Amino acid sequence: MSCALTSDNPLYSLVYELTGGFLPCWVSYLAAGLAIMFILVNAVLLGAAVFVFAERRLIGRFHNRIGPNRWGPFGTFQPFADVLKLIFKEDLTPANADKIVFLAAPIAMLAPAILMLAVVPFAKNTALADLNVGILYVLAVTSLSSVAILMAGWSSNNRYAMFGAARGVAVLISYEVPVVLCLLGVVLVAGSMSLSDIVKSQAVPFLLVQPLPMFVFLAGVSAELNRTPFDVAEAESELVAGYHTEYSGVKFALIQAAEFGGVVTASMVVVTLFLGGWAGPLSDYLGWLWFLLKVGVIAFLFIWVRASFPRLRIDQLMAFAWKFLLPLSLINLFATALEVFFLRDSMGVLATNDLWIMTGINLALGAVCIALFGTMIREKIRPVTWEPATRTAGMTVGEVT
Amino acid sequence: MPIRTEPMTINVGPQHPSTHGVFRLRVTFDGEEILEVEPIFGYLHRGTEKLAEERNYVQIITLTDRLDYVSSMINNQAYCLAVEQLLGVEPPLRAKWLRTMVAELQRIASHLMGIGFFLQDLGTLGTPLMYGFRIREKILDLFEMLCGARITLAYMRPGGVFSDTPPDFWPALEAFMAEFPSEIGEIEQLVMENEIVLVRTKGVSPLPLDLAINCSVSGPILRASGLAWDWRKEEPYDAYQWVDFDVPMGANGDNYDRFWVRMQEIRQSERIIRQCMEYMEPGPVRLDLPLVVRPESGAEAYGRVEASKGELAFYMLSDGGVSPYRCKIRAPSLINLTVTEHLLVGWKLADMIVTLGSLDINMGEVDR
Repeated sequence: MSCALTSDNPLYSLVYELTGGFLPCWVSYLAAGLAIMFILVNAVLLGAAVFVFAERRLIGRFHNRIGPNRWGPFGTFQPFADVLKLIFKEDLTPANADKIVFLAAPIAMLAPAILMLAVVPFAKNTALADLNVGILYVLAVTSLSSVAILMAGWSSNNRYAMFGAARGVAVLISYEVPVVLCLLGVVLVAGSMSLSDIVKSQAVPFLLVQPLPMFVFLAGVSAELNRTPFDVAEAESELVAGYHTEYSGVKFALIQAAEFGGVVTASMVVVTLFLGGWAGPLSDYLGWLWFLLKVGVIAFLFIWVRASFPRLRIDQLMAFAWKFLLPLSLINLFATALEVFFLRDSMGVLATNDLWIMTGINLALGAVCIALFGTMIREKIRPVTWEPATRTAGMTVGEVT
Repeated sequence: MPIRTEPMTINVGPQHPSTHGVFRLRVTFDGEEILEVEPIFGYLHRGTEKLAEERNYVQIITLTDRLDYVSSMINNQAYCLAVEQLLGVEPPLRAKWLRTMVAELQRIASHLMGIGFFLQDLGTLGTPLMYGFRIREKILDLFEMLCGARITLAYMRPGGVFSDTPPDFWPALEAFMAEFPSEIGEIEQLVMENEIVLVRTKGVSPLPLDLAINCSVSGPILRASGLAWDWRKEEPYDAYQWVDFDVPMGANGDNYDRFWVRMQEIRQSERIIRQCMEYMEPGPVRLDLPLVVRPESGAEAYGRVEASKGELAFYMLSDGGVSPYRCKIRAPSLINLTVTEHLLVGWKLADMIVTLGSLDINMGEVDR
């Protein structure tokens, strides 16, 4: 039986060739897969740990505090200390909980964050699986988390958790629609669903070519990750902790890892789709560095937004998805389709010049659309009883003698 | 086809992150919407009024500190005014100015906490709260210079204040006042025009003026509903008759107006403090009263101030002994809570938390 396997991934090939000589084919295939899985799982967990540290320190700075700085240099070991503490805590299960679902929910929550990494190209030829339907895979995997949230909320047998789960599922399903539609624009320009091809086709970063999808995708991803201003599912000031109210110990640690790991992987997807992935000077050698830097920028954006904004109410959140983001993605899809139709050459390929033309058109379109729909949504979201501000300029200050 | 839904009753509190103490609400929801609300309180009852009947008049000051524990100075002031009325004495001029000044400092600190937790309930991750706490810490440092304590101050006495200011107090106060406008400006910049704050608070849970008056609501909540009623203006006590300030007034009585009124009152308090710093002159700060006073039998008094949460009043009745025969406290938070049901029913869960935050209740005062 031949052990020939073609893969662009050097690590994969290395493990495969090293073990291929003396082991049966399927074992070396498995070994190569396990080696990469090991690295990926740890990458997610380590990424989550780094992100937790960065978030706590940065939010400390936003708050005029110092943030955790006791454990390790600059407090870098703080996330590990947190996890250790959670591991040693008692693992409580509520009396009337559905025990199996209650146990499975945190695992189901963490799985999508790890699975998503499988198709992300970290540097040139370093994707674990360069699927030709990469985007489809990413979307399919992220939508799993709504099931996990429902599992967690329902099995806890807690009304706050149920509230959070109902909210979370409603938000996740609503936000998937605009996210999918806006990514179609990206696929149209790139001419491929494979993430590696999308990176390669970004002679001009899609942040410029597709500004509206970038905006819609960031908003949708924040909603799917339960980050402010879209964190209604765990809204700590309303629902205590939302769907994970009853979780403690290791299960809670898993949920936290899924949440923060989710932000890291989502940042990676954003970078891949819109910021040119590993592209940059000397990208053949330093691709991973550019990739990490860009991921850092996007993750910082998430932290910044979280520290600055209040939370929307659930009905306003839904209105935002259906009345604002959905029209924007539809308009963008339509415009992009027209542009691609008229600008592509006979082979169906877009030249760099064409991308710059699209950049111009789409930036103008994006600005107009956001301004237009922004004013419309503002009127729709605000309650009926709202009256125009009468005291913004000359504050009505009652004089009493 | 209408979807059949089932009402769900949830106990919000007494252990809930946003009930501002041990406040409990039994709420029935239809989906997200509130059908019924039943506020339940009393978890922090300590029998303050009864304890006061067993203490002498100076000892009671420490009890008043623990009513609204984020504005102890103003509680002290109301109590001391009542006792002074009971004894028929008048504190010296400098004491009046000092009391006015520290009461306004305390009002700023209390409003900053009210606003901070209100915005926290809106879902900010505590950034405006921490901005507020940065200012509050400095105020507490000033209080520490004055009387050695930060929260439970017991600074005022019947007939004046505990002691004059230490020499390093005035430079510290001046430094604080120099930084204050820009620091409060940062909070205003961050939240006052924020689209999400406007969308979440404008028009939400309005309190009509007639209902507010009928329920005897007072303080910023009443003023937000459109009545510029302030005891500092209506019945000036201590040095308020000599200072110049405005009474901010809202129009709609919604959550935004309550928040806006507090924000403007901070600015007005700043004006009052500046005037106090300017007009205060050296002099005695305390009447020479005996430690244990015995007001004449049958004397009664009603000491009333505009506290940060509303009208705070002490009704005192003496039987000629060393302690009052009766000490009744009119706690603004408790009376402001009477409109809870009207404000909450028909709104959503998220609004409920925000509205509670905008009422700015303090359980130490509600339960006493």
